[in-house]
Amino acid sequence: MTLLGQFALWAAFLLGLWCVVLSFSGRWQGRPDLSATIVRSVYAICGCLLVASVSLWKGLISHDFNMEYVWAYTSSNLPSAYIFSAFWAGQKGSLLFWAVVLSLFASVAQLLTPRRFRDLMPYVAGVTSAVVAFFVSVMLFAANPFERLGFTPADGRGLNPQLQNVGMVIHPPMLYLGYISITIPFAFAVAALLSRRLDVGWLHAIRKWTLVSWLFLSVGITLGMWWAYVELGWGGYWAWDPVENASFLPWLTMTAFLHSVMIQEKRGMLKRWNFGLIIGSFLLSIFGTFITRSGVIASVHSFTQSNVGYFFLGFLVVAAVLAYTLLHTRWGLLEAEVQLESVVSREAAFLFNNLLLVGIAFSVLWGTLFPILSELVRGTKITVGPPFFNRVNVPLGLLLLALTGIGPADRLAEGVHRQPAAPIRGATPHRHNYARRTPSGRGARSLRHHGSGACRIRGRNGRTGVLSGGTSPPANAWRDAAGCALPAGGEKPAALWGLHRPRRDPDLLRGLRRHGVQAGTGGHAEAG
Amino acid sequence: MRAGRKFIVGAALIVGSVGFMIAEGVKQTGVYFLTPAELAAKTSADPTFVDHVGFKLGAKVVPGSVHRYASAQRIDFKVSDGIKTYPVVYQGLVPDTFTDASDIEVVVEGRLGEDGVIRATDVLAKCGSRYEAVPKA
Repeated sequence: MTLLGQFALWAAFLLGLWCVVLSFSGRWQGRPDLSATIVRSVYAICGCLLVASVSLWKGLISHDFNMEYVWAYTSSNLPSAYIFSAFWAGQKGSLLFWAVVLSLFASVAQLLTPRRFRDLMPYVAGVTSAVVAFFVSVMLFAANPFERLGFTPADGRGLNPQLQNVGMVIHPPMLYLGYISITIPFAFAVAALLSRRLDVGWLHAIRKWTLVSWLFLSVGITLGMWWAYVELGWGGYWAWDPVENASFLPWLTMTAFLHSVMIQEKRGMLKRWNFGLIIGSFLLSIFGTFITRSGVIASVHSFTQSNVGYFFLGFLVVAAVLAYTLLHTRWGLLEAEVQLESVVSREAAFLFNNLLLVGIAFSVLWGTLFPILSELVRGTKITVGPPFFNRVNVPLGLLLLALTGIGPADRLAEGVHRQPAAPIRGATPHRHNYARRTPSGRGARSLRHHGSGACRIRGRNGRTGVLSGGTSPPANAWRDAAGCALPAGGEKPAALWGLHRPRRDPDLLRGLRRHGVQAGTGGHAEAG
Repeated sequence: MRAGRKFIVGAALIVGSVGFMIAEGVKQTGVYFLTPAELAAKTSADPTFVDHVGFKLGAKVVPGSVHRYASAQRIDFKVSDGIKTYPVVYQGLVPDTFTDASDIEVVVEGRLGEDGVIRATDVLAKCGSRYEAVPKA
């Protein structure tokens, strides 16, 4: 099986290189056959890596102690859950895990992304394949999980008892899923930059990916905290250990990104900032892997200190230079469409929130790297520990908490007041469509008339909707629509589901139509 | 004042205070991270060095040197990097990973007394081999 695994790794590596070259050469533009080839090579890479994973699992399950990896992390008396999770217990296996999951994500992205983004997809394929090929190359040239020993030991060394915890089975995969899935939004960002399609399209394509990766990161970090608490006896959940910080950094920037994309979607601001953030988040996820693998920073987590660290450092530098250079060349195309109108607006609250999150991320990064920096600059290693992080982050955290309270309540200068009411048809000039913006259906605060029969509806939650045209009183239109958005008398789960996908809710559209209201959802639905 | 400019003032305030807090935090909470040999070099070069600053000492526990005084919750041991050895006194609970079985790595935070004994305020033991055993050098 190791031969098969080895072969599959090489095949994935070569396919990855092929895909990267084809994608970035740009030859596929106007050549649907080449685009299809690129997409198919993504699936092929995924297939190869699945084969490699199965062969590693096969080795683990069949106790093939002749395999160095199997010998190092399992033994014949190890419970089967840990045999299974030994896949990611060691460095070599976790590299393979990373590669296979990324290629799965890349394939899912190719499959599920709507067809209107098809001119982005070959670039997306190129970026994801480049990252996959990098991970596979680390395995092939530095840490091969299919390496064989020269002899066959009677039994393996078994798994470190501290790792024999249910946390081992779920914490690493969750954290990895979070780390890995950041690559997909990053790939879309690079694709948007390369193809100069710099409208909000790419943001729509990645909305779910950013949410998914943020969710997995959050779950992974929380599980890690819990595990450390029960296993390491730190007396707390969080000790500002470098490895913890490494997972916290991309979480912070992703949280900032989740907020700032909304400003770009709604107002066309913060474009450069968003690109910078998502590139930064990706780099931080690689950086996290680098500092945990290279041993450059003393941590209670002593991972193997191997030359794998240099691979990651090299990749980090190359990726950072390429991505930010690309962003720089498109700088002029990313002019904000609107200027900030007031410092007490929601946009400003979002901006401050972003600054705070990035500020926290910077202070954590600085504190984590300080031993290295001080040794470089002053010749002695000076470390900062929990007192430093608590000192800096408690005030920032409190400020952030205050903004969390203020932000949702602040509607003083939401741009919608100033925009002329456009009759919504197929494609609305701005994306304040009724169906999406009042999903709660819980009540409107105010109805504002904007002449020509159009009115805006403001929900209690501060969301705004637009109704235009129509002969019946808009209030009725609202009541109907809101009533329909929450299925009348429906079961709670069903009602929640209805809230979740309000724009596909036919009842809602019918309710609107009854009042002669046209509802546009950016080209999805049109009534009237 | 235009909103953009007001925002820049606010942003500068945030960035400035983050920078200030980082600088102050490092100044007030930063501790030296030394090996026993480096600590010995520092104290011989400047005997007052250890009076002013605390430090963290990364070293290995000398096997067989651990004495536990369970009733007083005190633990004595020696740490070494192979060049220099320091005795350590610690009052408190050490993590389960702390043993003197084989040379485990610890990070001792504390101060060096005039008697040459380190009075530790914190003892961290590295969690064995998280992923792989460190190759024996």
